[in-house]
Amino acid sequence: MHALLGPAWALFRRELLLAARRPAEWAQPLVFYGIVALLFPLGIEAQNPALKVFAPAIVWVGALLAALLAVERMFRGDLEDGTLEQLLLAQAPAPLLVAAKFGAHWLLTALPLVLAAPLLGLMLGLDPLPVRVLTLGLLLGTPTLMFTGGFAAALTVGAQRAGILLPILVLPLMTPAVIFGGGAVHAASSGLPYAAPLYFLAALLALALTGLPLAAAGALRNAVE
Amino acid sequence: MPDSPASVLRVHALAVARGDRRVLSDLSFTLAPGEILHIRGGNGAGKTSLLEVLCGLRAPAAGRIEGQPTAAQRHWLGHKNALNPVLTVRENLVFWCALNGNGAAEVDAALARVGLKAQRHRPCGALSVGQRRRAALARLCAVSRPWWFLDEPLAGLDRAAVHVLADLLHAHARVGGAAVLTSHQALPDALACGVRELELGR
Repeated sequence: MHALLGPAWALFRRELLLAARRPAEWAQPLVFYGIVALLFPLGIEAQNPALKVFAPAIVWVGALLAALLAVERMFRGDLEDGTLEQLLLAQAPAPLLVAAKFGAHWLLTALPLVLAAPLLGLMLGLDPLPVRVLTLGLLLGTPTLMFTGGFAAALTVGAQRAGILLPILVLPLMTPAVIFGGGAVHAASSGLPYAAPLYFLAALLALALTGLPLAAAGALRNAVE
Repeated sequence: MPDSPASVLRVHALAVARGDRRVLSDLSFTLAPGEILHIRGGNGAGKTSLLEVLCGLRAPAAGRIEGQPTAAQRHWLGHKNALNPVLTVRENLVFWCALNGNGAAEVDAALARVGLKAQRHRPCGALSVGQRRRAALARLCAVSRPWWFLDEPLAGLDRAAVHVLADLLHAHARVGGAAVLTSHQALPDALACGVRELELGR
């Protein structure tokens, strides 16, 4: 077991070390997310009741765009410097290493979004229960967004125009998470049962965690050939 | 000394393709423990593609390979050095050892062996081309494996580093290791002794 997890843990730690050396790179999506969430109330007046209706969509779309920004260069540097070849030739299974990399990126760029969500929810006028549902939804949904984005980054790593290809490829795959995440908050705000959309988010998460690292590893193998 | 001796590598009627272009076909050879094979050929002759097929990075278009080494038995040194420019030389090597489930006990000795002890705490992005190549070669000393696949290992190396590589290769062969290396030109005298040559494109 240790022989499998040791290499994945090494890659996870390396991603954190790289982020510590280049703070601007991982801070950019967070700043972007903050700007989106902060400017919305200014755009439609802070007291406007419509803000409460839009709040879940604002936070979720902000998280989606931040995830897109974060994943674009996920494998580019490794392809350019040859590390990707070493990852694919290592003894540890490539999907496990890919999952470790996705996990590190989630920790760095998505977990802060989840932690900031209660504050943003309250700022956008949400009541305490919808704020809790929003935060729980993001906790379940952001790994799905990150793993989906990471898969698309693996598919487009060797492509010339990955910057435009990636969002086109990934948006339809990320949409269900945004729909169910936003839907749960709306249901909680209206006093309706909100468990079902959260279960759907959990199911999407299970699919993403188990399937996408395998698919991404296959895509990376194609990229180095 | 390699942890386990290299087995015999047998290549039968191998064909190698790059995209939809077949770069090599009907290639057969055998490589035994203790042998060093130099694959020589001009630009585009298929040296790198062949090496990638031999170590398992690329699937062959036809033919078969017997005795292909596993991940734990082979070193791969591509024409890219696999060194992150932001991390120091030592951090890069320690990470690589951990990635392959090996301890980092030999890293400092390996860096000293390739003449990079003084640079070990410098970011790889601040090193010269030759120094980065030396850092990549240090992996050969840090973890002992019976099979070495080296793509253009001489690129960027000065005379002293070529001698270090020659010493490493010959010491590796003496203890039963095997190596395949590519280059587009004849090997320097220090390296060429006892090396078998396979010329592509003839």
